[in-house]
Amino acid sequence: MLKLTQLWQRIRELSGDDAYERYLAHYNEHHGQDAEASAPLSREQFFKQWQDSKWKGVKRCC
Amino acid sequence: MTITKKILWGFLAILGAYAVSVIALHRGETINALWLITAALCIYAIAYRFYAAWIAAKVLVIDETRATPAERLDNGRDFIPTNKWIVFGHHFAAIAGPGPLVGPTLAAQFGYLPGTLWILVGAVIGGAVQDMVTLFFSMRRNGRSLGQMARDEIGVIGGTAALVGTFLIMIILIAVLGLVVVNAMKHSPWATSTVAATIPIAMIVGIYMRHIRPGRVLEASAIGVALLLFSVLAGGWVDHNATMRVWFDHDGLPLAYAIIVYGFAAAVLPVWLLLAPRDYLSTFMKLGTVLLLAVAIIIIRPDIHMPAVTQFTDGTGPIFGGKLFPFVFITIACGAISGFHALIASGTTPKLLSNERDIRMIGYGGMLLESFVAIMAMIAATVLEPGIFFAINSPAGVVGKEAIDAVEKINSWGFAVTVEQMEQLAKDMGESTLFARTGGAPSLAVGMASIFGNAFGKHLLALWYHFAIMFEAIFILTTLDAGTRVGRFMLQDMLGNFNKKLGETSYTPSVILTSSIVVAGWGYFLYIGVIDPNGGVNILWPLFGIANQMLAAIALSVATGILVKSGKLKFAWITGLPLAWLVTITTTASYQKIFSDDVRVGFFAAANDLSAKLASGALPADKANVAPQLIFNQHLDAYLTMFFVVVLWVVVVDMLYVCWRYINTRVVLPTSETPYVATQL
Repeated sequence: MLKLTQLWQRIRELSGDDAYERYLAHYNEHHGQDAEASAPLSREQFFKQWQDSKWKGVKRCC
Repeated sequence: MTITKKILWGFLAILGAYAVSVIALHRGETINALWLITAALCIYAIAYRFYAAWIAAKVLVIDETRATPAERLDNGRDFIPTNKWIVFGHHFAAIAGPGPLVGPTLAAQFGYLPGTLWILVGAVIGGAVQDMVTLFFSMRRNGRSLGQMARDEIGVIGGTAALVGTFLIMIILIAVLGLVVVNAMKHSPWATSTVAATIPIAMIVGIYMRHIRPGRVLEASAIGVALLLFSVLAGGWVDHNATMRVWFDHDGLPLAYAIIVYGFAAAVLPVWLLLAPRDYLSTFMKLGTVLLLAVAIIIIRPDIHMPAVTQFTDGTGPIFGGKLFPFVFITIACGAISGFHALIASGTTPKLLSNERDIRMIGYGGMLLESFVAIMAMIAATVLEPGIFFAINSPAGVVGKEAIDAVEKINSWGFAVTVEQMEQLAKDMGESTLFARTGGAPSLAVGMASIFGNAFGKHLLALWYHFAIMFEAIFILTTLDAGTRVGRFMLQDMLGNFNKKLGETSYTPSVILTSSIVVAGWGYFLYIGVIDPNGGVNILWPLFGIANQMLAAIALSVATGILVKSGKLKFAWITGLPLAWLVTITTTASYQKIFSDDVRVGFFAAANDLSAKLASGALPADKANVAPQLIFNQHLDAYLTMFFVVVLWVVVVDMLYVCWRYINTRVVLPTSETPYVATQL
């Protein structure tokens, strides 16, 4: 059962399904205590930014 | 190494050597495909365990204690320390496109042996080394791109050549891939309707991910994959419906125009609507189908019917003209060595590595897996009866328009096939005809359908065939979208040097202008490929191969230059050797494409032949109409090839000059490697 949950976690990570959760974790770790930092992006805002930045440059080969 | 391990590796070495000798020396009627799989797996394992490990430890001197850019510059976006399996997945999904499926299929005209050996040796000594070394050097330079590294380490000339080379290869690549899709859809309502359905499906997925349930990538993809599978089924209904089938039954030219319009739309529309969702779908389809194919091959252990070596090594092959040397090495680029990978290995992937030791698995291992995909494509092409293989892949310009002529011609080569056999096969696959379906996709689909059919149920052949066509089309179109967009960005970047406004990626007039230029570029070659009676593949694929190998040579030049400049002259052969080979084959192939007297090889010879026929009135009216365009195109292709060779030699000579200066202790550009920082992870 543990193996299955791990596999699912890997698939989510691979596809970017958990990108927002990882962003939040990163945010809390680095800016969480910082009173002057702006609030974290909403899921929708984050996803927009993430998708746009992902599609600059060479992404796919022949 | 313990005794047991030594015995195990010794056993693998013997098994591998035995498997290679079986596939190389076997001259019977058929040979089991498992021999190819065994030879490939043993060679990969030994190369990975010994050669790659040696390069990582002794040549590159991987340092596990050194912090990677992902760790030092971690920003939670593009620089993120990531688990190595995740990086491997991203890297493989990015490097593996339709190339390793199409190239081996075309090269199968020489028999199964030459292509297979080149895929194995080329990957182990060339392609995988290029990918790993480029990944390493880019990682040590904060994920700089190949073009930037060329400029920093060799000079402005190398950098500019890499940039221009990348742009041109993109144009040729998209054109030839577009041609493959057009040939697969020509007069096939089933294939055309299924491929057309992938566009609204991608949009539904895109809207779902952006607006309905933002960021739920897996949910959206699952819906998309289900819809894609349904579209294969629905295509069959369209095909059986007398009214609807007419809407999707078209000649090559209207289909080519449709793809050109689509390419323009994809480059201009926002990424979230079409490009991003299509990419998710194609990645899932790609991984799933490749896995399914591997399982099916192992279950049914098919026999290979193609001879080891055919008579077409003499240059008279119907699919493309030219002798075994150098053309097998040009035809199979992806799967053996592909310069395009250097663009992925520098840029995106190095920004994700959490430890330097991962580069062997991701760089070298990723390429080995792609090489294995190429081996499977070779198997899918060669399990077909050779007569059928040549009937599907030979253009009408070579074997004649009528089925009876084609069959007679193919029989005269010594390959048995009958009109009835081809009619039955077309009926089984749900197509009106399978004669002269050039480009590699239909024959690969027939091969895959017969493998899947044998493994999972024969009555579904037509479904499997169109599933395979959809699978190929979806990631060809992904490459087409992504390539057009990248071409647009590169052009905007270049134009930005002259006019600031044109360089802005969100300035609409500039977006329209640059997208139009890129689409017009590949659209032109696609148009010519469609009207060419020899099927277009004969011209475009070698051009693509030469361009791709040229890019690989640029990447290997940069790597060799850096090795020498880091005082590792005695190890410079690891990239110098494949570089020397690539320079030899691209120069020879280019020379022949330009100067050969054979009208199916030499561009000028073909142009002169056509001019003479046109002047003497020997051409029928329909051919005479397009002849001037074909003649112009042959000239253009000849000059383009010359340009590729000149760029290649400029970069190589520039690199050698830098190395010569370094060895003679003269001033060279300083290394751009970032200084050591200890890892905290």
